[in-house]
Amino acid sequence: MAVDACKALAYRFEPLVVTAERGRLAFFARATGQADPVYADLAAAKAAGHPDLPIPPSFYFSLELGRPDPFGWLAALDVDLRRVLHGEQSFAYHASAHAGDVLTLTSRITDVAVKKGGALELLTKKTGVTRDGQPIAEAVSVIVVRYPAAGR
Amino acid sequence: MTAPTLAAVAAGTELPPLVVDPISRATLALFAGASGDHNPIHIDLDVARSAGLDDVFAQGMLSMAYLGRLLTNWVPQERLRSWGVRFVAITPVRAQPTCTGRILSVTDGLAALELEVTLPDGTITLAGDAVVDLT
Repeated sequence: MAVDACKALAYRFEPLVVTAERGRLAFFARATGQADPVYADLAAAKAAGHPDLPIPPSFYFSLELGRPDPFGWLAALDVDLRRVLHGEQSFAYHASAHAGDVLTLTSRITDVAVKKGGALELLTKKTGVTRDGQPIAEAVSVIVVRYPAAGR
Repeated sequence: MTAPTLAAVAAGTELPPLVVDPISRATLALFAGASGDHNPIHIDLDVARSAGLDDVFAQGMLSMAYLGRLLTNWVPQERLRSWGVRFVAITPVRAQPTCTGRILSVTDGLAALELEVTLPDGTITLAGDAVVDLT
């Protein structure tokens, strides 16, 4: 069953207020093989001129997964999580952010497209990240939902 | 880290490639926890099989994080203006990704790069681009 485009475009994400925790960023550095101590060691980060551990470039995607039910929006649109692939991801930056910063994430679905005769559906979700009302970053995700039976 | 100067960068300049360790199931479990992506299709073989797959596969964002390391190994992160990727093939367990980047052009101090993550068999898993401020 394809996603109801009207329902998707009207889906309201609650704004998410989140703080990147220092320990979490250090864990992320370890889990991604990051050898640069700036991303895991407070003293190294400060020596490099950062007030705290910097939030690494792709971590804004992870911040958004801090919602109580991060895939709830897909469930609300009747999407089976097993049929989902991450198609594209991009980020743009306006200012640096660090552990301890209180960030507000505001998301919406901006596009729903059907491809390959209905075998694939592409959902585009845009997320703005702000700190004290000032823009920090934007993230855009394209989520692919597979409908193998519809493929021709 | 010594950041590249504008004068040292031109179209065709290649970033030092980043070869990471082969991706183990432990890598996937740790990244699931660290990244907050708890989708079981990457960490639970039973779920992967119920979706008709032979095995779990790596989170796309794990490879994107490796590409992020390629970029921040090359320039301080605050110089990265924007970047994006397409996830063009899945990364199986035990695959060993290599991240590469190449300058396409430099205009007004902004370098446009193309990025790739490839596997030893030549499969391109991620293809992307970035804009880096070299001023």
